[in-house]
Amino acid sequence: MSVVDWSRAQFALTAMYHWLFVPLTLGLSVIVGIMETIYYRTRSSEWLKITKFWMSLFGINFAIGVATGIILEFEFGTNWSNYSWFVGDIFGAPLAIEGILAFFMEATFIAVMFFGWQKVSPRFHLASTWLTALGASISAIWILVANAWMQYPAGMEFDPAQMRNVMVSFTDVALSPVAIHKIIHTVWSGWTLSGVFVIGVSCWLLMRNRHRDEAIKSIKIGAWVGVVGMLVTLWGGDSSAVDVARYQPMKLAAMEGLYEGSCGQEIVAFGILNPEKTVTNDADPYLFKIALPKGLSFLANHDFDSFVPGINDLIDGVEKTPGGETVKVVSYAERMERGKLSHEALRRFDAAYTTGDEAGMESAAAEIKANYADFGYGYLNSAEEAVPPVAITFYSFHIMVLTGGYLLLFLLFALWAVYRRETLFSKSWLQWVAILSIAVVWICSEAGWITAEVGRQPWIIQDIMPASAAISDITVSSVVTTFWMFAVVFTGLLAAEMCIMVKRIRQGFDTPAVKK
Amino acid sequence: MQLQYLQAYWWLLISVLGAVLVFMLFVQGGQTMLLSQKDSLRRSLMINSLGRKWELTFTTLVVFGGAFFASFPLFYSTSFGGAYVLWMLILFSFVIQAVSYEYRRKPGNLYGSSTYDVFLFVNGCVGTILLGVAVAMMFFGAEFTVNKVNILDSASPVISRWSPTRGLEAIVCWKNLVLGLAVLFLARTQASLYFLNNISEDGSLSDKNRKSVLVNGVIFVVFFLIFVALLLTAGGYRAVEGGKGALALNTFVYEPNIYLHNYLNMWWAAAAFLIGTLMVVYAIIIGAFRKRNISGIWWSGIGTALVVLSLFWVAGYGNTAYYPSLLDYQSSLTIANSSSTLFTLKTMTWVSILIVPVIAYIVCVWYKMDRAPLTPTEIEGPGHKY
Repeated sequence: MSVVDWSRAQFALTAMYHWLFVPLTLGLSVIVGIMETIYYRTRSSEWLKITKFWMSLFGINFAIGVATGIILEFEFGTNWSNYSWFVGDIFGAPLAIEGILAFFMEATFIAVMFFGWQKVSPRFHLASTWLTALGASISAIWILVANAWMQYPAGMEFDPAQMRNVMVSFTDVALSPVAIHKIIHTVWSGWTLSGVFVIGVSCWLLMRNRHRDEAIKSIKIGAWVGVVGMLVTLWGGDSSAVDVARYQPMKLAAMEGLYEGSCGQEIVAFGILNPEKTVTNDADPYLFKIALPKGLSFLANHDFDSFVPGINDLIDGVEKTPGGETVKVVSYAERMERGKLSHEALRRFDAAYTTGDEAGMESAAAEIKANYADFGYGYLNSAEEAVPPVAITFYSFHIMVLTGGYLLLFLLFALWAVYRRETLFSKSWLQWVAILSIAVVWICSEAGWITAEVGRQPWIIQDIMPASAAISDITVSSVVTTFWMFAVVFTGLLAAEMCIMVKRIRQGFDTPAVKK
Repeated sequence: MQLQYLQAYWWLLISVLGAVLVFMLFVQGGQTMLLSQKDSLRRSLMINSLGRKWELTFTTLVVFGGAFFASFPLFYSTSFGGAYVLWMLILFSFVIQAVSYEYRRKPGNLYGSSTYDVFLFVNGCVGTILLGVAVAMMFFGAEFTVNKVNILDSASPVISRWSPTRGLEAIVCWKNLVLGLAVLFLARTQASLYFLNNISEDGSLSDKNRKSVLVNGVIFVVFFLIFVALLLTAGGYRAVEGGKGALALNTFVYEPNIYLHNYLNMWWAAAAFLIGTLMVVYAIIIGAFRKRNISGIWWSGIGTALVVLSLFWVAGYGNTAYYPSLLDYQSSLTIANSSSTLFTLKTMTWVSILIVPVIAYIVCVWYKMDRAPLTPTEIEGPGHKY
């Protein structure tokens, strides 16, 4: 593996570990906020116990989320230093805003949450709990703005004199449709995950016939938060799919394992890919599939008859009209040619800039501008390099959709049952379903990120910069060392976190024991 | 002209964040003192006292990195991508710190409390020394080159390159280590002053802390004086007019005693340095010898902040290369050639106004939480603790 692949692997490792903990922080902080609000209004000791129990689980999870998060920010510099310069003028701003607005808020008020019960007024404590939740969400919003910008680079232009991209519109960066939809889809997925977690943990306590009243009360809050989170997540996901179709059509094609597109394109609800299939052969892409007619066209464009391009269509630059007529658009070979033209023009610009040749600079700048949309293709050696790993993207997308569908049904059922048939929660089958759903929701959550990040490869900035050009001047052995270092440490810490969680859950709503 | 003002403003903000970070490193300093405290109650008091502040130090480091990325991306790209070994060791030490407070006494933590205490010790030593080393490179130079045209080289498109030792050479450079050790012993001194202020205990913990202030304070002063001597006799690079093209970042000339000249030319920096140094020395004296005085941490904290501010100012202002290249001095970084654009700096400047309410709520919460010092009663009672 090259240094690019190892750096990708290291970033994926840290991001996936980080994402194990972040969604629980996002949703559980809100759930704890709701519980403490009820306690504040009722001054019920039972609600205080409930609040403190879930708050303690929040704290255990939060610590390891912080530990895995610091690496991600600095890895943009350590492993992707070229990227940091090439778009640092744009990309650094959301990260700095995240730090100033969110991190200090979380760090300050979480201390009050845990240590302030006897030191501040109940109102101040409640405000601190909500500010911690707000800080977590603001943090997620700004990092998602940064991530969305990599997938849809808006609000910027290339400055050949500085050989980097510069920001020209902050609102275009912060409020791009991709950013808005990604924020909605991702932040509220944290609510879904946390709702399922609370229901599952509560059912585990019910299975042991412990703390029934507290568990049922927790399930009510968890189910409401989970259902609201899931509905908003679905809405955001639908809008995100339209964004992907519009701005990252190759990702959408990979998500569906679609090589040859059509008007009124079916969607594969479940399928097994043919491992022999490549862009250069005519093998059937699927060994088995269950498809819904016209589903992908509707998902992508909200139009049952619209054309959805496949991988080969995109490479060849082919589109079809609703009448079935083939239309030639720009092929990847042409985009690579344009990319190389922009590189060549940039060399000429630099030479002219160094000698003070104004006319030369002007003509080179015009040529760069004309071809800059394909700048990243200039780094590719073949069109196939622009195709993401299809199998990972396909399966992760389908796992996300299938598990997401299951979770919607589960949460709706749980909400109905806890109000209308509470006795159902005494049944062991429902308790087991709820407990196993905890694993399902994490699989769903991770699958979503894998789809988003693997599906956009090879681009670190869509169409502008492939990951191979974003790299630092480091050796393979350096990255291999740090990869395994973090793999071992994160795995060890995850194991500790899970053991501590289990021990704490076993104690239930009682005051926890502490080692001397 | 507006761009120059904003570059100077953002360098000032970076300086402030750096100053706050160095002050807050008392958390790391305290962590290096835990293993030597055999009394479990006292150790618990120390850990819980530090544990209510560790997140602020951690956050300040992260925001320091984020603000550098946003305002001076070429530094971020060059230093982090180049001194890979140095930065990864720093980050690793902070990763293991982040879980240690929360997990160390929790049932089921798998590795036992002592493992997490060792993690805290490692972070305390590695974090302070290596952050000192990283900052020392701003004065004594680093082994990198910058060539932006490399971006067009498909085979090897990296614009910032470092020597093959990838930051290891900076760690073993004795000049850098002098500052690293000064930071470590400053952090330990400040931790002792912080314990005096934040912990109320009837036993001899207070006496131990006063002795610790004296011992660590004296060692700090020795390393600090060596660093100051190195700094004031060090040469550096100053940017002058004449650079052109993307290849030439700027044109630099070598200047002996550049930081001495900067102090002489910038009276406010010299004043901050002198006042800050005197405040730290005063804090050490009152912390070590005045039996009832607990205000040393504030004298020392403000003094430290002033000295760090002045160091950043003489490193970056006056067209000084704040990141001198030892391999190709024309690749050196200044706040002018490494900054974001006018548009981004303007945008971020509006955002920076929010720092005021952030500081206000931090001060408010700190005051509310620390009005009464931590006592053994609180540690032995119910409630969340580390």
